[in-house]
Amino acid sequence: MAKIVIDGETYEVDPANNLLQECLSQGLDLPYFCWHPCMGSIGACRQCAVKQYRNAEDEKGMLVMACMTQATDGMIISIEDEQAKTMRARVIESLMISHPHDCPVCEEGGECHLQDMTLMSGHNYRRYDKKKVTHHNQYLGPFINHEMNRCITCYRCVRFYDDYAGGTDLAAQASHHHTYFGRHEEGVLESEFSGNLVEVCPTGVFTDKVFSEHYSRKWDLQTAPSICVGCAVGCNTTPGERYSSLRRIVNRYNSEVNGYFLCDRGRFGFEFVNSPERLKTPQQTVNGAVTELATEAARLLVHEYQKAGAIGIGSPRASNESNFALRNLVGEANFYAGVADEEFECLQVQMSLLQDPVFHAPSIREIEQADAVLIVNEDVTNTAPRIALALRQSVRNKAKQLAHDCKIPQWQDAAVRELAQRELSPLCLFGNYATRLDDVASDRLIAANEELIAVLAGVARAIDTGAPTQAAPTSRSELVQRVSAQLKDARRPLIVTGSNAGVEVLRAAANVARALHAVRKQAIDLCVLAPEVNSVGLAMMTPAGNGLCAALQRLKAGVATHAIVLENDLYRRASRTQVDAALDKVSGLLVIDQLPTATTAKADVLLPATSFSEHEATYVNYEGRAQLSFQVHRSHSQALPGWRWLVTEPDLAVNALIQSCAESAPGFARLSEVLPDESVFVAGMKVPRQSHRYSGRTAMKSNLDVNEPKQPVDTDSILAFSMEGIPSQKNASVLGAAWAPQWNSNQAISKFQDEINGELKQGSVGTHLVQRSASTGAYFPLVTKTSASAAGTLRVAIAHQIFGSDELSARSPAIRQRMTPAYVGIAPSDAEALGLHAGDRVYLGDTGATAIVSLRRHMATGTVAVYCGDEVDRHALPTALVLRKSDAASGPGLSGLIVSDRYEEEL
Amino acid sequence: MVTKPLTKNIDMSRPPLDMAGYEAADGYQSLHAIAKGLAPADVLQRVKDSGLKGRGGAGFPTGLKWSFVPMGPEAPKQKYLVVNADEMEPGTFKDRLLMEGDPHLLIEGMLIAAYTIQADKAYIFLRGEYIVAERRLRKAIDEAYARGYLGQNILGMGFNLDIVLHTSAGRYICGEETALLNALEGKRANPRAKPPFPQVSGLWGKPTIVNNVETLCNLPGILTYGVDWYHSLTKGTDHGTKLCGVSGKVKNPGCWELPLGTPIRELFEDYAGGMQDGLALRGFLPGGGSTDFLLPEHLDLTLDYDVIGKAGSRLATGTMIILDDQTCPVGMVGNLMKFFAHESCGFCTPCRDGLPWVDEIFNDFENGRGTEKDLAILHEHVDYLGPGRTFCALAPGATAPLGSGLRHFREDFERHIKDKKCSYRG
Repeated sequence: MAKIVIDGETYEVDPANNLLQECLSQGLDLPYFCWHPCMGSIGACRQCAVKQYRNAEDEKGMLVMACMTQATDGMIISIEDEQAKTMRARVIESLMISHPHDCPVCEEGGECHLQDMTLMSGHNYRRYDKKKVTHHNQYLGPFINHEMNRCITCYRCVRFYDDYAGGTDLAAQASHHHTYFGRHEEGVLESEFSGNLVEVCPTGVFTDKVFSEHYSRKWDLQTAPSICVGCAVGCNTTPGERYSSLRRIVNRYNSEVNGYFLCDRGRFGFEFVNSPERLKTPQQTVNGAVTELATEAARLLVHEYQKAGAIGIGSPRASNESNFALRNLVGEANFYAGVADEEFECLQVQMSLLQDPVFHAPSIREIEQADAVLIVNEDVTNTAPRIALALRQSVRNKAKQLAHDCKIPQWQDAAVRELAQRELSPLCLFGNYATRLDDVASDRLIAANEELIAVLAGVARAIDTGAPTQAAPTSRSELVQRVSAQLKDARRPLIVTGSNAGVEVLRAAANVARALHAVRKQAIDLCVLAPEVNSVGLAMMTPAGNGLCAALQRLKAGVATHAIVLENDLYRRASRTQVDAALDKVSGLLVIDQLPTATTAKADVLLPATSFSEHEATYVNYEGRAQLSFQVHRSHSQALPGWRWLVTEPDLAVNALIQSCAESAPGFARLSEVLPDESVFVAGMKVPRQSHRYSGRTAMKSNLDVNEPKQPVDTDSILAFSMEGIPSQKNASVLGAAWAPQWNSNQAISKFQDEINGELKQGSVGTHLVQRSASTGAYFPLVTKTSASAAGTLRVAIAHQIFGSDELSARSPAIRQRMTPAYVGIAPSDAEALGLHAGDRVYLGDTGATAIVSLRRHMATGTVAVYCGDEVDRHALPTALVLRKSDAASGPGLSGLIVSDRYEEEL
Repeated sequence: MVTKPLTKNIDMSRPPLDMAGYEAADGYQSLHAIAKGLAPADVLQRVKDSGLKGRGGAGFPTGLKWSFVPMGPEAPKQKYLVVNADEMEPGTFKDRLLMEGDPHLLIEGMLIAAYTIQADKAYIFLRGEYIVAERRLRKAIDEAYARGYLGQNILGMGFNLDIVLHTSAGRYICGEETALLNALEGKRANPRAKPPFPQVSGLWGKPTIVNNVETLCNLPGILTYGVDWYHSLTKGTDHGTKLCGVSGKVKNPGCWELPLGTPIRELFEDYAGGMQDGLALRGFLPGGGSTDFLLPEHLDLTLDYDVIGKAGSRLATGTMIILDDQTCPVGMVGNLMKFFAHESCGFCTPCRDGLPWVDEIFNDFENGRGTEKDLAILHEHVDYLGPGRTFCALAPGATAPLGSGLRHFREDFERHIKDKKCSYRG
């Protein structure tokens, strides 16, 4: 640590950082624009000028930019110095020269960093009386609005989009005061992380178009700390509600998980909550006649199902509480995993890996520290996008090392990138087809699963001679040597794989990590991605033998006559034939869900469930990290949290259920640690969900009743549906809203971090549920079977899309605009052999389903990547397919598909 | 004895010397001297001893600049030499003379510099409009390859050098060495933060020296004729000769090679012939558009970096722009401001948004709309755009004519406000 003097006060600071970051870490107010806590300094805006003195005798001093000045021991600086203040006032005046007077109609208003900094810098009168600079705006797709006239040219957008997130279609163009940030021509922003522009832009150039559709001021939104339900990463979010509709989602800082950024599925995929299709009333269908039920009558039916010995089918998109309540209701033996059997098998392998002390499940922050990465058959950008963004940062560890050797400080962002150029830490991709991370890959193996397994076995064997020997050694010996050496020599190697890899490949990848442990004698980072928000929680809850097929078999055989399906569309989990065979036999099917599905259509009893923002819940992410998601707003229908339909005490508080789950469900013992410590909330004071500026509380329902409504009481939670209460409480495991005097934008988060980029002073990073056992596992045996496919057939690899593969977000209008129809990706040589062309519609074997051909430059020959979309029954697909050209008109063709290797002929 | 090492071979009435002619005039002797056993460290020492200062404008000692390049077995293998031939300083046309008049001199200078820092690749970043220079340099480079002075294992020394001639798309900011490097890499021509300096992390992140054309052209003489000879050239404190230009309403505008330390009056009266008939000298920018005005009383100063620095301006490129008494100084400064505002790269706020405001105010002055408030804002900008406030030296350069213009020609600004017009235009 170093001691520096700021305006006469001595502070302990980290000499590895720049002055701006350290001033903010100390809680001091110093305006800035171009610096970003996660992206470092470039020195463009000149807003953070401070006075630096040579020594105690120096009275004159010189102006320096705090963001470009290293904090060194003994330094004397002043923020309050008149000359520094004048400089900052001049800079803000310059920035505001052409800025429009549109704050009252600007969607950034009220959470605008530029507004905050303008006030902080004391600028309130525009002396500039010449002509302003104006720009044309662009159409950037369904997610982002563009209003370039508000731009203050801080370069943050391109630094995030291009430098940080690897985008290629947003750039700084033109020069001097005409500098323009946009695409080379109008069009959809291609990056999966474009939504972060909304938060990275310090003013209203890039705003949230989905929010725009039903806009409300930030201060009028009711918010609560929430968890994204879009995938298994569990990013922390802050959804905002007004007038009973969910308006938007913004990032919520979690130092271990998502940091400052979300993916576009997480940010824009929430609108299913507002869908007019939402199930609102319990209903019973008897002989085709639908009756609506009162809540109590519906509860009685649940009881009847229990008495009838119903089996329960849980869900990876339901909370722990709901799965737990269902398991309690039907009994452990009758509780089944609501996922495809092969996925359940992967999840069980994942569980065994999570319990094995030779591995460590890395958080996103830890993934960013990896300096050699092997990704095995997981299209991370489409299955766990936020991790793909973290992996993009991990390859920059080489740059950090080079900068360290050249004595360039890490925060000098542009200088570090300039020095390293394209020198990246090794990142090797093994997969059936190319993915969007290929541009940062040092090595890539595109091959069928058999070969992937053989090469993985070779890598494991090259690292540890104790690893299982292959029957036939791989011919890729150079690749094997290189990758094994990279992993062995790295400071922090990382293996990434997941359920989508297929269970044999997953095991082979885990063997590589185990081999690394054998030679390094330290826990090896092994990131196994699960498919959905609570896949891991469901796997922990479900007895090992209780796969979905077993449940369907019991129903089909009539062993069980009643079934309760919790928040699950079984037709997404098994083939239509299988599910129909089971459901046609049952005498009672009770389905609890949020939206109509093929399964709810078959329900005898249908109970409406609340969505993620309408209830408090816990989810377990890919690491085994449990996180608490608070209720944001109330549901005004009869929908209840899934579990509330299933418990016997109607008034049970959710926290009591979480407690009970912790006490009685094996593996969940630490779940109660995610609950807020209520002892820090004194005298019944709660954390308000509404800001102190929340408007219209007494008036918003005056069209119905002019009497002031009583604020609803939330007996469940430490949060209140109110403006009153304590906004934040030190050391409390909940941070309501990050707001501080003078800091109305998301940049206020710095006031709540113990240091910049550090842990929150309030709030929780979640709790690791899975305990590592004392004994280590063994190598998985090598799979030697080869499924030689018949001539003319192509082996099926399932492809995923960030927009479309997730069931709920795919029902959000904005996401729908980015979805692609079902397609088959094949190698150009296979296409030629089969006489197929890009854009052709083909039959998928004899399933009757069709898809559109996309030629992929980097695709294992003999393999077809099938993206099923809504149209194709994934579980009805055989392991190898014959593609046959359909006579049907090829229709509108393939739209919305953004991959890294689309073959040119297609364009 | 050679007294004009930069221009001795230049005769603009004929094409430049070809390889044979250049070699006959002591050309490439320095390369042969190196081949006979001068180590890079020896050459560096000679350049340091010569006292050569960069001729691009900043006047930084060349040897010192080179000495920051990592050398020895631990140093990165790839290093670069880059020639800053993007001559865009208003009023400056000296490098053009050298490249059009004696292209082999530059190539010889590049060989010396590249050898000293052990760079095997050199780029000439040439102003795009210099079409004649491009043609002549290409021919000279071809001749040098053919003669074995470029390419692999030059003169059996085990030293390799390839030269790439790159013609710029044209921005003033590319004269800033780090913006030049970005442009050469195909990126936006924004300057980079310093440190790290290009000597450590330059072109494509590798150790790089960026030198001005005239600087490099000084090197062959130093190695061929020796440091003592070089020291004998000057009349003042700084060493060597300097190309000096004069533009404006003088009788004989042009560019000449003069020993440093020559009185400005000699350049102005003897070479440029003094003012045209009927005009009087009002002031002059001694080293291009980004230097402070000097006044007639300064004519007896000598052309030395320190002497002119003490008078409150800079020798910079050594090319004077003359202001006469019939030309409006407000218009002249305004013209420069328009240039600087347009050439701002748009990276840092004061330069990007400050200079256009200044430019707009000058427009208003020209059109009779100037006010006292505007004048006050101009004064503020002299400070606001000054050194340390901005990311690079472009805007501080612009404040040189602005600040000194406001100081020396205040009555002209005030007359514009009072008369609501520019009285020079009748």
